[in-house]
Amino acid sequence: MGYKQILDAYKNIPGGMIEAFNAIQDIYSYLPEEAIIEAAKVFNVPVSKVYDVTTFYSMFSIKPRGKNVIRICQSAPCHVAGAAEVVAALERELGIRIGESTADGKFALETTECVGQCQDTPVITINGKPYMGVTPATVVDILAEYK
Amino acid sequence: MVNLTIDGIKTSVPDGSTILQAAQKIGIHIPTLCAHPDRIVKSNCRICVCEVEGSRLLQTACSQPVFEGMVVKTRSPKVIEARQIILELILSNHPQDCLNCIRNVNCELQHLAKEYCIRENPFKLKTKGLPKDYSTPAIFRDPNKCVLCRRCVETCTVIQGVGALGLENRGYHTMIVPSMGKNLGDSPCVMCGQCIHACPVGAIGEVEYIDELMEAIADPNTIVVTQIAPAVRVAIGEEVGMKTGEMPMNKLITALRQIGFDYVLHTNFTADLTIMEEGHELLQRLTTGGILPMFTSCSPGWINFCETYYPDLLDNLSTCKSPQQMFGALLKTYWADKMNIDAKKIFSVSIMPCTAKKYEAFRPEMNASGYQDVDIVLTTRELGRLLRLCEIDFDKVEPSEFDPWMGDYTGAAVIFGASGGVMEAALRTVYEVVMQEELKDVNFTATRGFQGIKEAEVDLNGTVVKVAIANGLSNARKLMDQVRAGESPYHFIEIMACPGGCIGGGGQPITRSNIKREERIASIYIEDEQCAIRKSHENPEIKMVYEEFLHEPLGHKSHELLHTHYHAKNKRLI
Ligand code: SF4
Ligand code: SF4
Ligand code: SF4
Ligand code: FES
Ligand code: FES
Repeated sequence: MGYKQILDAYKNIPGGMIEAFNAIQDIYSYLPEEAIIEAAKVFNVPVSKVYDVTTFYSMFSIKPRGKNVIRICQSAPCHVAGAAEVVAALERELGIRIGESTADGKFALETTECVGQCQDTPVITINGKPYMGVTPATVVDILAEYK
Repeated sequence: MVNLTIDGIKTSVPDGSTILQAAQKIGIHIPTLCAHPDRIVKSNCRICVCEVEGSRLLQTACSQPVFEGMVVKTRSPKVIEARQIILELILSNHPQDCLNCIRNVNCELQHLAKEYCIRENPFKLKTKGLPKDYSTPAIFRDPNKCVLCRRCVETCTVIQGVGALGLENRGYHTMIVPSMGKNLGDSPCVMCGQCIHACPVGAIGEVEYIDELMEAIADPNTIVVTQIAPAVRVAIGEEVGMKTGEMPMNKLITALRQIGFDYVLHTNFTADLTIMEEGHELLQRLTTGGILPMFTSCSPGWINFCETYYPDLLDNLSTCKSPQQMFGALLKTYWADKMNIDAKKIFSVSIMPCTAKKYEAFRPEMNASGYQDVDIVLTTRELGRLLRLCEIDFDKVEPSEFDPWMGDYTGAAVIFGASGGVMEAALRTVYEVVMQEELKDVNFTATRGFQGIKEAEVDLNGTVVKVAIANGLSNARKLMDQVRAGESPYHFIEIMACPGGCIGGGGQPITRSNIKREERIASIYIEDEQCAIRKSHENPEIKMVYEEFLHEPLGHKSHELLHTHYHAKNKRLI
């Protein structure tokens, strides 16, 4: 689906722009410039305003990034539970650092604030799906699901 | 009404007023940096904090509504200390660059630092180290100096309907950026310069051409000629300690010669010429079924706007160049011939209330004379700097007259400087051309004033001509959307990009509120009243230029030199 079709589908819904961007990111994993320009037309606001929205929310990326977005929770409970070791394991396994994407375009590594799953820390999400109680060993198996 | 006490003084104000408004009423000054009398933005900077009895936290006066029995302290030691800390925090992210800054001694932040006796800042200086943006020939941005008040964003988006500026990121990382975080030149910016008036600091300004001027003046083989626009005179006094409108034209002429201009001429001459050409163009369109409504074309910020947002309506624009460019084209042809000066040696400088005219002069098509018609454009503010640089003492300056052939003007040209003026001037001439009789009362007062949109009607021999006037581009949008929808009842529409018209241009002395613009408008109409001749077609030098050179309005020569065509801008990031 092109950007325009997605945007049009959310055109008349309250908060539709955010929803549309989530839908675009599900497909393209980031918000390309053309999608932002198209959104300005569809929602009849200046590009500068759309750009403001896309850079305000940390879940949006305006830079190309790997298709599967892995986010590691950095909030205190996860941190205490050993998020740092999980980060190290992910960085080792994927050969990239936080904020980067793999060369094959498959994975992007990012951080996030608490995702509300603190009952079983540390927590990571992949494309928004939470994985609880991860360890350096289990993340490797989880990654395999996406390879 | 709500009763409250501020610093021990009792007052009552309408329900819904803010502490700031209540304090202003009784002459108590509360500092502001983000709140602005003509804007909605507020509560971004916190400099206006006050103590309110019963509340633990300090309240921002610009946004906090008053309540019955409220007791406010605006200058307690606690308040003053809080404001000092707020300032120190702002200054800890701000380049300490006042001596090199375009807003030195005219900066709201610098002023506050002085008022609040900021000495040694306990917070460590950490500036952003971002590059300055010089991507347009008219406006620059220095994001390092931005204090994030957001006034420019509101001005550009709401007042001008452009939206070239917006926010990026949030929290500590917030910045003001042109569309998509790129350079201003890539954004739909129309170079109106209204954001410069909005900005409390030196984060946005005009690109200066004073060095280029000085180089030309220093060169003995260059003949430096200037034209000065009608809106400049009413405001330039503000730059040199006079009241609005107080500067006498005759003294300003002498001062320009003292600065080093070889010849001093007046854009008003080509304002009158514009009326001749545009008035006849209107009549031609009316009588031959041409495209209507016709739009005026003397505001280059408006031209940029139309080319960017309404490319489908470019044929409605009058083909007349702006008075500046008509002047440029005639200077290096007609005037050079009459003066027996080699056009190649002329350095053509225009002094304008406008930032967009800097861009206009550089448009590649503006070379009808065989040279670049206007070499550089200075704003009224740059003229102010020149007057101060050359230490001109107006008490001692003797009056003098414009140089010949392109200096005569009428009251009709003077009023070009105010919104509605071009329309009124055109009606004065069109009426007499059509009716072949003298217009008894030249004052079309319906076209005057600061309102965003005005309309009027004139009966020309049984044909009712409907006209509309808009100033500020968001008002222009309203009229344009009507035209696009095929619902415009008008024949002729005047648009000025800047609120109030050229007197409020982006290159004028920094205005703190629209009250200043209204004063300048009043001053324009006084000057019109004082002119012996108030109709463009009666200007003797205009008669001469047609007799000797142009022959007739819309004639062959006019088309070559005085008319132009427009191009869709095809901007991506609108
Ligand atoms: S913006 Fe104001 S405070 Fe900042 S360097 Fe310029 S004059 Fe000084
Ligand atoms: S110059 Fe005018 S259009 Fe350009 S950013 Fe400033 S306000 Fe907006
Ligand atoms: S650029 Fe000027 S007006 Fe705009 S937010 Fe910054 S300080 Fe305020
Ligand atoms: S702290 Fe990590 S999920 Fe709540
Ligand atoms: S002036 Fe009140 S918060 Fe800025």
